[in-house]
Amino acid sequence: MIEGIIVEGLIFAIMVLGILISYRILDFADLTCDGSVATGAAVCTMCIVNGYGIFVGLILAFLAGVAAGVVTALIHAKLKIPGLLAGILTMTMLYSINLRILGNKANVPLLKKVTLYTKSVDWFFALNPGVSKLIVSLFMVALVTILMDLFFRSDMGISIGALGGNEQVVISLGMSPTKLKIIGIGLSNGLIALSGGLLAQYQGFADANLGQGMVVQGLAAIMIGEFLFSSNKISLITLRAILGAIKYKALMFFVRKYGFLVGITPNDFKLLTGLLVILSLIIAKVRNKASDSNARKTAMKAFSKNGAKGEKNA
Amino acid sequence: MLDIKDLVKVFYPGTVNETHAINGISLHINKGDVVSLIGSNGSGKSTLFNLISGTFPVTNGTITLDNEDITHQKEYRRAMNIGRVFQDPTKGTAANMSIEDNMILSERKGMRYPVFSLSRQKREEFEELLSKIGLSGRLKDNVGLLSGGQRQALTLLMTAMSNPKLLLLDEHTAALDPKAADIIMKMTEEIIDARKVTAMMVTHNMQFAIEFGNRLIMMDAGRVILDIQGDEKKNMTVERLVELFKEKSSKTFSSDEALLTK
Repeated sequence: MIEGIIVEGLIFAIMVLGILISYRILDFADLTCDGSVATGAAVCTMCIVNGYGIFVGLILAFLAGVAAGVVTALIHAKLKIPGLLAGILTMTMLYSINLRILGNKANVPLLKKVTLYTKSVDWFFALNPGVSKLIVSLFMVALVTILMDLFFRSDMGISIGALGGNEQVVISLGMSPTKLKIIGIGLSNGLIALSGGLLAQYQGFADANLGQGMVVQGLAAIMIGEFLFSSNKISLITLRAILGAIKYKALMFFVRKYGFLVGITPNDFKLLTGLLVILSLIIAKVRNKASDSNARKTAMKAFSKNGAKGEKNA
Repeated sequence: MLDIKDLVKVFYPGTVNETHAINGISLHINKGDVVSLIGSNGSGKSTLFNLISGTFPVTNGTITLDNEDITHQKEYRRAMNIGRVFQDPTKGTAANMSIEDNMILSERKGMRYPVFSLSRQKREEFEELLSKIGLSGRLKDNVGLLSGGQRQALTLLMTAMSNPKLLLLDEHTAALDPKAADIIMKMTEEIIDARKVTAMMVTHNMQFAIEFGNRLIMMDAGRVILDIQGDEKKNMTVERLVELFKEKSSKTFSSDEALLTK
């Protein structure tokens, strides 16, 4: 059971890392996610169903996500429309594309197919299936996180970070903000689609409606993570997001398990997730205010002390 | 070096809000010139800078930098040769990142690859540069933690590191307290001297304008109304400058007096 929660959390974490790139690092509210996670699931599932194998499936899922992100970035940059609208456009178009990829079916099962998770049970036959799935998921997340940390420590990654903080700086440094946005949003959606591909294999089917509400869930995970500790180091920021993702899944698990006691059904999950995001925002705001007023109080104390001294001297 | 021909900028053409910001400026800046640019609010100084650096397109005329026509080049492309420091200290640095990350980006202009330039040796170099502006030991601090004066000093340092052909200083001391403004002005002059860079500085401070550089240009209503250099500039006084402005300006001076400080 606990392994199940962590595996779900880890798969979800890869998507959260994608959302972290667009939402936190680039400061770009990207809704493409709701579409690209299903695209990843669809591409990966169809690859496996048609016998191309797991790894080709995952790589193609990643690339399909990158393509979706590039489309959003291009719509945003070339037509000069807000990122929010660009994301909604791509997401809406992706819904039809995802149905096409799935062969005009809303749902394609992976029954009796070899997936990463059936493979993992074979690889680690000595262990119990839950643990073996956990090991494979951990490996995937570790791989993605290490690559992502390295990328955002590199010159290009730092440039993307600078773009999120202050677009003028990037322009002044002779870099095209459009190109950097394309790279950033592309990578973000690549990770999101990769997560979709893993999710389809884990749950054993791809669904055209898989992505509904994923952005909000991702944001909830990021915000829960941010309460853990604060840092400007990319390795800690990614770690925080991963922990947030697992925590979110655990929270949802307990709501699913014990929610019926207070009359909560799975139908209420989207409402709960939204409320969770709002609550996180409120807590963050109250915290900021508290630290501001603390700082003011300390400053005033120091001032009144010095002021008293000044009077004595006078 | 910089050649501006018949430059015209009209905002909102054909509407009731039509504004003629630049009314046909032709200007030649020689290599190594250090120009101070003065004029009252709305005279078009900042618009001129925005046109040179490509923030918005020109209505008419051409801009040539080092024999290359840059009139229709994108802003980020022009930035390869032009360094700009804004009045707002927050514009020149990325607040969400550490000082070393900001510095490594400004070391070389243009698109960067996923490689790691930040080495131990680079950190030592940066540390040495930072110690000169009183920021030693703060490489890993976020830029957002710095004061306005410190940020502007860092911006100036970063701009100098990238070795621009032309340096545009857009009232870069106006938002700072007098002491910080003094330090930044000294630093600016040192950088210009050491690197022999061609520079233009917008200022409202007439004394600064007279002391700074080898050439002084006064603008009014989108035109250049005074362009002096050499001995004529050296012997200029604030009183004489005010007189000249009264003589040549289209408006009465009283309303602008407050804006041109001694």
